[in-house]
Amino acid sequence: MITLTVNGAPRELARNSTIASLLGSLEIDPRLVVIEHNRSILRDRDEYPERELSHGDVVEIVHFVGGG
Amino acid sequence: MGVAIEPGLDFAPLVIGDREFRSRLMVGTGKYSSSAEMMRAIDASGAEVVTVAVRRVDLDRGREESILHDLDPSRFFLLSNTAGCYTADEAIRYARLARAAGFNEWVKLEVIGDEETLLPDTAGLLEATRTLVGEGFKVMAYTNDDLITALRLEEAGAVAVMPLASPIGSGLGMLNPHAIRTIKKRLSVPVIVDAGVGTASDACIVMEQGVDGILMNTGIAAASDPVRMATAMRLAVDAGRHAYLAGRMPRREVAVPSSPVEGMLES
Repeated sequence: MITLTVNGAPRELARNSTIASLLGSLEIDPRLVVIEHNRSILRDRDEYPERELSHGDVVEIVHFVGGG
Repeated sequence: MGVAIEPGLDFAPLVIGDREFRSRLMVGTGKYSSSAEMMRAIDASGAEVVTVAVRRVDLDRGREESILHDLDPSRFFLLSNTAGCYTADEAIRYARLARAAGFNEWVKLEVIGDEETLLPDTAGLLEATRTLVGEGFKVMAYTNDDLITALRLEEAGAVAVMPLASPIGSGLGMLNPHAIRTIKKRLSVPVIVDAGVGTASDACIVMEQGVDGILMNTGIAAASDPVRMATAMRLAVDAGRHAYLAGRMPRREVAVPSSPVEGMLES
């Protein structure tokens, strides 16, 4: 297992996890979110299955909410 | 539910950057008690531009879901804000995240300087505007009613400057009409008044200054009946625009009779 920080909280994942598998395990629709991985924004959702996660990585999963 | 307008009195479209909008009222999507009510209010407002915020997904599903469940991005122009950002770097990060969502490269840029008043940090705002314009963003900059900052934002490449009527969420209406008029007179880019409009008369008075549009959120969302207030705001924005284009009569300190003074009966 590896431990990452996802949206500010520690989370354990299997080795060889990717952004796509993380979203899958969280049941998040990739089309509705934007991912920042170690402070780098993923501009292309096709990248999600290839982007591997490592121990200590920091992932932010954000979306649009109501605001003024 | 419309008001019939004489032919030829329609408004020219509002042009910002490379986009044309028919509605001069832009609305926020925060603080509604339900998404159904929000959607009815937005529809009643006639707005095409709606603002949204970028926040972390709540992985425990305690908070709201993506607003895109309710808001169809093919029907509205999504304008992402950087609300809650207190530094230029933070605002730039939020703008980049919003652009990565893939809808557009526009941002309603806010760099807040103070938690109590939510007044803008104009130095940070200018810095973030320059950086984001350099990255190809279309920046609509939320600022105070200071002419010099507005001029600097225009020079920095903002596609629109958004002075406040009064502090965010205050509902105090326009505190300095002279400053708003001065900004409108001196800028070439559209001036959209953002924040502080509390009721329809506030919106009407703002539009009577000649500004190009208004963005509001709390004025509608915090009304007892947001759908009806959205309707009132739509009519008030149109009324204020018509009044501005009509050209108001001069103010006088003396009365001038409206009826003829000749032809009166002898007493």
